[in-house]
Amino acid sequence: MKILVTVKRVPDPEQKVKFKGTSVDVSAANWVINAFDEYAIEAALRLNENAATGEKLGETIALSIGPKDVSQQLRSALAMGADRAILVGGADEELDSFAVARIVKAVVEREKPDLLLMGKLATDGEASQVPQLCAALLDWPQATFAAQITANAEGLEVKREVDTGIEVKQVKLPAVVSVDLRIISPTAVVNGKTPATHAYQEGPRYASLKGIMAAKKKEIKEISLADLGVKAAPVTKLVSAEPPAGRKAGVKVKDVAELVSKLKNEAKVL
Amino acid sequence: MLYTDEHSKLRQTVRRFVEQEINPHVDAWEEAELFPAHELFRKMGKLGLLGITKPADCGGQELDYSFAVAFAEELGRCNCGAIPMAIGVQTDMATPALARYGSPALKAEYMTPTVAGELVAAIGVSEPGAGSDVASIKTTARKDGGDYIINGSKMWITNGMQADWICLLVNTGEGKPHENKSLVVVPMNAPGVNRAKKLKKLGMWASDTAQLFFEDVRVPQSNLIGGEGMGFFMQMQQFQEERLFGAATTLLGLDRMIQETITYTRERQAFGQSILDNQTVHFRLAELQTEVESLRALVYLTTERYVANKDDFEVVKLASMCKLKAGRLARVATDACLQFWGGMGYTWDSAVARSMRDMRLLSIGGGADEVMLGIICKLMGTLPRRKKS
Repeated sequence: MKILVTVKRVPDPEQKVKFKGTSVDVSAANWVINAFDEYAIEAALRLNENAATGEKLGETIALSIGPKDVSQQLRSALAMGADRAILVGGADEELDSFAVARIVKAVVEREKPDLLLMGKLATDGEASQVPQLCAALLDWPQATFAAQITANAEGLEVKREVDTGIEVKQVKLPAVVSVDLRIISPTAVVNGKTPATHAYQEGPRYASLKGIMAAKKKEIKEISLADLGVKAAPVTKLVSAEPPAGRKAGVKVKDVAELVSKLKNEAKVL
Repeated sequence: MLYTDEHSKLRQTVRRFVEQEINPHVDAWEEAELFPAHELFRKMGKLGLLGITKPADCGGQELDYSFAVAFAEELGRCNCGAIPMAIGVQTDMATPALARYGSPALKAEYMTPTVAGELVAAIGVSEPGAGSDVASIKTTARKDGGDYIINGSKMWITNGMQADWICLLVNTGEGKPHENKSLVVVPMNAPGVNRAKKLKKLGMWASDTAQLFFEDVRVPQSNLIGGEGMGFFMQMQQFQEERLFGAATTLLGLDRMIQETITYTRERQAFGQSILDNQTVHFRLAELQTEVESLRALVYLTTERYVANKDDFEVVKLASMCKLKAGRLARVATDACLQFWGGMGYTWDSAVARSMRDMRLLSIGGGADEVMLGIICKLMGTLPRRKKS
């Protein structure tokens, strides 16, 4: 099937967050692909290949929105195995969830994929809004937080983990699916072509050296918002961002008696 | 030398591979004094990491040597020296001559599966009586019909207990020591090959190091790499990549050790202040980091020259300098850091103690420091001529 998978760049979560005034300072950020989007790429590649023969079953297109530098993250997606990429030019500060969803919708209308596959959230803002907004704007069925995807004659069966157990959804294509962490476990994606006995290595695949060199020659099509006929026009405004208050140092107690006394009189938990 | 986006992506893949497939197992492998070479190399072969510079007809990517250096540098993230060394033997020590001079049939039989990680390779140069003095090796290959019959022994052979084949330096004639040698591919399951013992070493435990005996081992003459008598020359050429690779793998290990020493000494208090606040400590660490950066610059410079011209004679001098400096610096740096770690550093399981044990080999393997100095002097024109006796 033809899959459009979204790729957002986020500051490396392992890097320390810096603040400047009332916002997060990303000037020295080390940009990486949002982890859940990397899982979505992996899921798309698994859906679109016969892992036993290497046969390709469909086209995987990576989409990102942002400044030109984002092409680096798109190249990483191409190195993993995506066939081509689309980069819609945009300024990070103008891109709220609603703006992103409208842009994605415009690209979907151009590309007409069978499936829009997305990470369940981006690890920077953790809004978890765009997949649902896209489904609403496109009027497509949605299945969010997918832990397992099985392709079948009617479309996709999506299993999602909820508090009470596993919820099973059947969606017709075209559809919007957002993926959770479990989607990268060895047998989480079933496409009917890869033998049922095949177990993938846990996690998103490594970019092979061959993939890295091939990615250099793959197409990254740049489109402007004007080309798409979309205005970013954000509807939310970031008021301020500040670090949580630092934790105060603890105290050492001499003995159990002092501990009990503190728990009783200061913490008032006893 | 500027790393391109492709170099960085290669490094990202290697970094993740080391963090996920190697480092979690290092302690167990060190303990076992063995790592699962076939299993690990097959995984690396699938990712194309064992054939970075190898010809495309062997399944390699045929990239220039700067990619091998990027790969080697990133392998420095391993929490030990043994695994980068074992990988280096497979990619840059046992195989450059075969890739460059081997016949198509020989390459198809040995190079292609080695690039894929199906076969494990070793390099057999040193002998009990000839280490850095390569010209003095005694192992012989005598012709018999269409075969060679090999007799002799090899010592300190990395991957020696697990290797499927070895690139063996042998004497194929009686002539001058630089003109009578050849490189021959010997399958390790051939009758007469005896893996005598796994050697216990100061460091590099996860890597298996063997003493090997060859007793009337018969291999077809078509297993010869290049021409007869070219062995010494090819081995000297092959050493350039080994030396550059070895120097590149030390860089991140030294960086990490210095960083960890900073973290530890910042926390550790003595006499009312942190150890790090003593000028002798932070100055020394600054000095060492400066030296690491200088070594990195030298490695990059040498790589640039080597990429521009494989046969540039200046590269021989520069690669020898890289190897010399890496070995010397590793000795000084591990010793200085261990000192700052104090009693904690002296414990057997500390990372800095492992670095000291592992990195000590750099000044010995692949040509000792003194041999490097000899080569550099020769190319500087300062080496006294030996009187003929």
